[in-house]
Parts: sequence; C-alpha cells; structure tokens
Amino acid sequence: MLEINCPYCGKRAQKEFTYAGDAGAERPNLETGTNQDWFEFVYLRNNPRGLHDELWHHSAGCRRLIKVRRDVVTHEIIDTGAPSDSLSTGAS
Amino acid sequence: MQKYSIFSLARNALTSHKNWGEAWRNPDPKQEYDVIIIGAGGHGLATAYYLAKNHGITNVAVLEKGYLGGGNTGRNTTIVRANYLLPENELFYEHSLKLWEGLSQDLNFNVMFSQRGVINLAHTDAQVDAHQRRGNAMILNGADGVWLNKHEVKARAPLLDISDRARFPIKGGLLQPRAGTARHDAVAWGFARGADARGVDIIQNCEVTGIDIENGGVVGVQTSRGAIKAKKIGTAVAGHTGHIAAMAEMRLPIESHVLQAMVSEPVKPCLDTVVTSGATHTYISQSDKGELVMGGDLDLYNSYAQRGNFPRIEEVVASVISMFPAFSRLRLMRTWGGVMDMSMDGSPIITKTDINGFYINGGWCYGGFKATPGSGWVYAHTIANDTPHKLNEGFALNRFEHGYMIDEEGSGATPNAH
Ligand SMILES: Cc1cc2nc3c(=O)[nH]c(=O)nc-3n(C[C@H](O)[C@H](O)[C@H](O)COP(=O)(O)OP(=O)(O)OC[C@H]3O[C@@H](n4cnc5c(N)ncnc54)[C@H](O)[C@@H]3O)c2cc1C
Ligand SMILES: [Zn+2]
Repeated sequence: MLEINCPYCGKRAQKEFTYAGDAGAERPNLETGTNQDWFEFVYLRNNPRGLHDELWHHSAGCRRLIKVRRDVVTHEIIDTGAPSDSLSTGAS
Repeated sequence: MQKYSIFSLARNALTSHKNWGEAWRNPDPKQEYDVIIIGAGGHGLATAYYLAKNHGITNVAVLEKGYLGGGNTGRNTTIVRANYLLPENELFYEHSLKLWEGLSQDLNFNVMFSQRGVINLAHTDAQVDAHQRRGNAMILNGADGVWLNKHEVKARAPLLDISDRARFPIKGGLLQPRAGTARHDAVAWGFARGADARGVDIIQNCEVTGIDIENGGVVGVQTSRGAIKAKKIGTAVAGHTGHIAAMAEMRLPIESHVLQAMVSEPVKPCLDTVVTSGATHTYISQSDKGELVMGGDLDLYNSYAQRGNFPRIEEVVASVISMFPAFSRLRLMRTWGGVMDMSMDGSPIITKTDINGFYINGGWCYGGFKATPGSGWVYAHTIANDTPHKLNEGFALNRFEHGYMIDEEGSGATPNAH
C-alpha cells in the first residue's frame, strides 16, 4: 500500500485518499483561453513514464487536495506538498 | 507451415514428439521493411497476420521489446464479449466476436474459444432498466442478448447468493450466450505462427527507442538492435502508447494505469459461465485448470508498473465473496498486473495521424483482448489503404477535438472512471 505524507495530517495510508489526476493540466484563463487551450486541458496528457505530479484528495482525512510527485514505474513517492508548492526532484 | 491435424499428431507420436518443427522463426532484423508494427501482443501479431492474409503485404516486421505475448495478452482475464450500448462499439466488437468464432480453423491453431456465455448482473431497478436497454441495443445491432430473471441466473451459476440478504441483491442479469473466454497465450501464438508462415519477421528482444520523422512523415525507428527503415509504422503497445507517441512528439488523450487480476487455487468445476457485476465491477470465471480467475477495477492512479497494490486485491476478493459466499474458503494463489491505456472516453483509438505513415492502435482500457482479431483486421486495413475501415471510422484520434466521443459509461474525461 502507498503511504502518502499529507502536508496537513502527516503520513497516512493510501486508502484514505482519492486520486484526482495529473497536477500538470492547467485550467486555461476563462477570458483568454482558446478552444485549443481547452481541448488540451480537458483531453491531452503528458502521461510520462517516470516522475509524475498528481493531485490526491485526502477524502477520509482533512479533505484537502494535495500534490504528490511519484515515480509511476517504481511507485516511489518523491515529495508531497500543497497544490501550489513546487516539489523536490528527489535528486540529493 | 506444418499443418496441425490428427495425422500430424499421430505421425509425431511415433517419434515421441521429438520432431515437431518450430512454430515460428527467430530472424535478425533486415535494414528495411514496408511496414513495421511495434509490439508483438495479440493486436500487433493479428495486424501483421491480416496485412499478409487480407492485403498481400508480407514485407513486415513486428518488433517486441520482450517476448511475444508477454504483455497484456498474457495477463488478462480472457473475457470475450460484444455487449455494448453504443453502435460504434457494438458493431466493431460483434465483428470481432464473429472472427473469434472461426479463429481456430482460420489459424489452424486451437485458441480454445469457449462460448460459455457472459452474464452481467443487475443489482438495482435502475440497473435492470439500463441492462435491458443495452440488451435491446445489442440485438438491434445484430448481436445476441437474453434477459435472465434472478432464478434463471441462479440456474446458470448455482453458487451465486440470490437472497435478499446479499450485500448487493441480484435482480437479474443480461446474458450474451455467444460470449465466453479463450486461451490468451494461444491467441498470440496462433497469430504469430500464421504471420510468420506468410513471411512476417517477428523480432523479439527489440525495443523501439525512437521514431525517425522527416518532412512530416516516418522513415524508420531506432531500436535496441539498431535502426530499421520503414515508410509505414504502426504502434500496438497497449499501455505504452503514450510513451511511444511521445517519441513522435505527440500528446494523447490517454493515461496509463495498472489493472490487476488474480486466481484462486484450482478446484473442481463449479462455474461454467462468466459472471460480471454491475455494482462491484468485478468479473469471475473458472479456468480449464480449475482456478477461479478474478478481476475488478484499476488501482486508479497513473502507473507503468506491471504490479499493483493490496487494497484493490482485497476489494476484488471481498466483492467476489459477497456474490459467491462459498468461495470464501479458497486460498488466493497468484496476483499480477498489466499496464493499460485508459482513454478519455473509454473507447479505443485506431487511427492514422497527422504524421504521414504513422498509425496508432491503443486506448483499449479494460477490454482489448476480445478485440484482438477485429482490431488486427481493421488496423491492417487502415495501414494498407491509409484510410480507416468502416468499423474504425469512429475510433479516430480527432474525435475528442470535435466532440464525437464514444463514452459508453457517460463518465466524461476522467480516464480512471471508465
Ligand atoms: C489484468 C487485466 C485483465 C484484463 N482482462 C481483459 C478481459 O477479460 N477481456 C478483454 O477483452 N480484455 C482484458 N484486458 C485488456 C487486454 O489484455 C488488452 O487490451 C489487450 O491484451 C491488449 O493487447 P495488445 O496486443 O494491444 O497489448 P500487449 O499484449 O500488451 O502487447 C503490447 C506489446 O508491446 C510491447 N512493447 C511496449 N513498448 C514497446 C517498445 N518500446 N518497443 C517494442 N515493444 C514494445 C510490450 O512488451 C507488449 O508485448 C485485461 C488487461 C489486464 C491488464
Ligand atoms: Zn490530510
């Protein structure tokens, strides 16, 4: 089971969280976003085979969205933080 | 190709089965091919087979990074069905189901297709309505579908708990009698043998690491065994479509996720049909070896690892036991996972692209095994003619941009919810 470090609650079991998808998909500006911007936001994903920034909802905990940087090949969690935080690359 | 028959069996029995020839060659890659298919799973091999058989294109290589059939083709729960609501899906999968019905004969290889029926259980009044509507849609599209009340369900799967005490009481089920299961490895082997006999080179241990593009068209690939040229390149890499597309600088409406499956210890025959549940999204059948084969939902987070996590295993097993209390005594023998493309509308993508000569076959979500012959059939057509077959016109890549999604579940652009 994944152990996810919620920045608000500490280390918790994966079962307390709900996956909320790619954190890199950025919502276009409502005034200036073009059709193409919206299409890319809604449908296209980088889907990398390596490090992936993603949102998880601590649904059975503090109920806040958090950002997780995870290696999707090894499932290793590199860093976690608030959605607006910039996360470490894991290189030490 | 050495034809398999009762006579070849008898002849080889005389020499203690020591003189059977190899089923396919193991060639080194040539410098150039007319068509390169990336991925020797069922889809890639079927595509090569139909390129040769239906279109006379035999200067073809299938490049495989591991061994043939070692991907999802060898990892799935082998359910073959055509019980969809939307016409694009239903017509395509029904075509595939018809090919399954003649596949062992066509390939001269026993793919052990067993039409034991697939029952999709309904647990609420709303599900009863939805299942009956889907059954009618199937019939209108030329497939078979039969509504069973709960006693008729029980007659076909006696170990099911149909009492009102069940966690998800069973109201009835939608049966597709012609659906069933097949031997997963045999499908890859049969297509490999048939393609090889027609001149296709199947090259294993050959990972594609780059796609060479010049003036808006493909010219070849880079691989772990050197560069290979081709003017047409088609991907058939299941969960790795996004990874290959990135080599051609494309982003796709796909996320890669891990799906697990598991088997119990083998027991005597006790379930001779396939049971799937609309409430818990689990599916269960019994293999010829006697193991109960079970699967459920994705692990739900992006993954390129061919293994999953314990919470999902627990949920699948709990759901199965809630339907079949007798199975609670069995021990779980083995679990495994496979990486799947989850598309943004839950339907596959079989398409040409904006890059000349570059074709994509992916986005199979939970259900690409049953599509294997149909997918190879229409993908070969698409590659040979540079234009889609009637049955995959709807599965174009540009449908997302233009709003022609084929969203069977109606769950929108959330790949893990399909
Ligand atoms: C647990 C599980 C249960 C399933 N149950 C069912 C079911 O009951 N019914 C059903 O219809 N479907 C089911 N599916 C889905 C089904 O297995 C797949 O959709 C189908 O097998 C895909 O076939 P394929 O030939 O495209 O992929 P694969 O068999 O995975 O073949 C793709 C091949 O591409 C190779 N490859 C990848 N990258 C490269 C590269 N860079 N270079 C060269 N080769 C590469 C891989 O090694 C692999 O062998 C299930 C899947 C899983 C994981
Ligand atoms: Zn929290």
